[in-house]
Amino acid sequence: MEILQFFSDNMNMVYIVILSIFLGIEVIEKVPSVLHTPLMSGANAIHGVVIIGSIIVMGQADNLLAIILGFLAVILGTLNVVGGFVVTDRMLEMFKKKKK
Amino acid sequence: MLENHLLQIAYLIGSVTFIIGLKMLSKPESARKGNMVAAVGMFIAIFATIFLYQTEDGSHLKNYLWIFGGIAIGTVLGTFSAKKVKMTDMPQMVSLFNGMGGACAAIISIIEMQHYLHNHSGESLLNLQVITIILGMLIGSVSFMGSMIAYGKLDGKIKDRSLPGQKFITVGLLLGLLAFTVVFLLQDPAQAPTFMYILLACAALYGVVFVMPIGGADMPVVISLLNSFTGVAAACGGFLYNNSVMLTGGILVGAAGTLLTILMCNAMNRSLANVVFGAFGGGNAAAISGGAEGGTIKEITVSDSAINMSYSKKVIIVPGYGLAVAQAQHTCHELEKQLEEKGVEVKYAIHPVAGRMPGHMNVLLAEADVSYDKLLEMDAANDEFDTTDIVLILGANDVVNPAAKNNPASPIYGMPILEVERAKNIIVNKRSMNKGYAGIENELFFSNKTRMLFGDAKSVLQQLVTEVKAN
Repeated sequence: MEILQFFSDNMNMVYIVILSIFLGIEVIEKVPSVLHTPLMSGANAIHGVVIIGSIIVMGQADNLLAIILGFLAVILGTLNVVGGFVVTDRMLEMFKKKKK
Repeated sequence: MLENHLLQIAYLIGSVTFIIGLKMLSKPESARKGNMVAAVGMFIAIFATIFLYQTEDGSHLKNYLWIFGGIAIGTVLGTFSAKKVKMTDMPQMVSLFNGMGGACAAIISIIEMQHYLHNHSGESLLNLQVITIILGMLIGSVSFMGSMIAYGKLDGKIKDRSLPGQKFITVGLLLGLLAFTVVFLLQDPAQAPTFMYILLACAALYGVVFVMPIGGADMPVVISLLNSFTGVAAACGGFLYNNSVMLTGGILVGAAGTLLTILMCNAMNRSLANVVFGAFGGGNAAAISGGAEGGTIKEITVSDSAINMSYSKKVIIVPGYGLAVAQAQHTCHELEKQLEEKGVEVKYAIHPVAGRMPGHMNVLLAEADVSYDKLLEMDAANDEFDTTDIVLILGANDVVNPAAKNNPASPIYGMPILEVERAKNIIVNKRSMNKGYAGIENELFFSNKTRMLFGDAKSVLQQLVTEVKAN
């Protein structure tokens, strides 16, 4: 009963999850193996979106422990996002040079 | 109210850019732009959150100093390390950044759990909110510790270790972790903080035990798997905050990462379970000694190799991890140019799992300016070997091991390989007679067609370049 309640309360979420799963599979399916590494790296940067959670936590932190942990989480999340995108860009930069 | 609408639109833009970005990343001509598109979307989503997000009571976020301080530190560190890292160390870097994301997700869950316990003190823990929090924490910390171990192993700081009965330990620990999670949800909430930290420690331990015995050719698969784990951990955060962009981003990566993992396993003709529980690196002693051990190897000098290659019609180079370690990609390209000046046709045969990541060799050779159309994928390469005079193997081992085709007892049996023995002659450059990463003997080295050219790939290639020039 509680499960059914949950599904109808969060129908949007459930739709997003299901459609995203199909989309994620669809998007990857036709990738040439040359691009596996950059793609993995790009996907790695995208899951850095978890940083938004750390910002929300940090922005509401009201005790020392939460502030310290939240601060750490923001740093780690940023590292994931920025490092991820920059590394991916560096890999792809090399591919571009090739097309003369 | 307006602010909330704007925030939702910013999240919509973010989600759409992630999808378009991933789509563009899967085509060579648009890949770089795709990365940019996703980055811009991420930027919009982050700053919209900082300035527009409202808590349940309608107030804005505070602690701006901390938020911007953290972002500044992370940006400087991230940019710096990503710019500085050598191309050969890319796989470690991806693993490291992946771990950071996992740790971030785990920390969020810790804080949210404390919030929850504070606001709902004494209530039962058996509800979906707590389950989401705990899932995020568990997956995030497994991903964090796993990625750190993967990073250490790829960087050569940690050796492969496999305990006797590793399979049972891994499975047992996983079951234990799940059982303990159930206990956590059912127990007296007053004990929750202590239990939470024990649970956290168990998940971290599981991350270590999970990755520790996996080695060599399987490393890319594990990184890709951990990548999708972090995606799922991010999605848990999305559920928790009812945040659509976190949910889309996380699930997209979770799904895409899982498929990519499976594609990689397929390339090695192995199942995911076999990779995770198989302990490729150690054990399996019977199968290892089952190969055609012994026999004599025949060495060749650098100048003989150079002469042979200069006077052949077609040379195919098979790069492997040895090339990456020696940073010899530029020298390799140099050799290719020298040979072409002599009228030799030079191509590269790329095995899908050569190196430590799928596409590792493509990235390396691209860095050295090797032309795209010279790179042959496995099937095309296998057909061309028939008309090839010399195959030059640079630090590749398992991907050319015939045991994968003809020794059913071998742990790599069934993996598609580059069938180099179809060529007329084979020159193998290796640092020593040590076994490949999978730890198995390679009978190719004892073949009559094969000549061994020992030495570090870079110095050997340099000597080859000089010799070919002189001819």
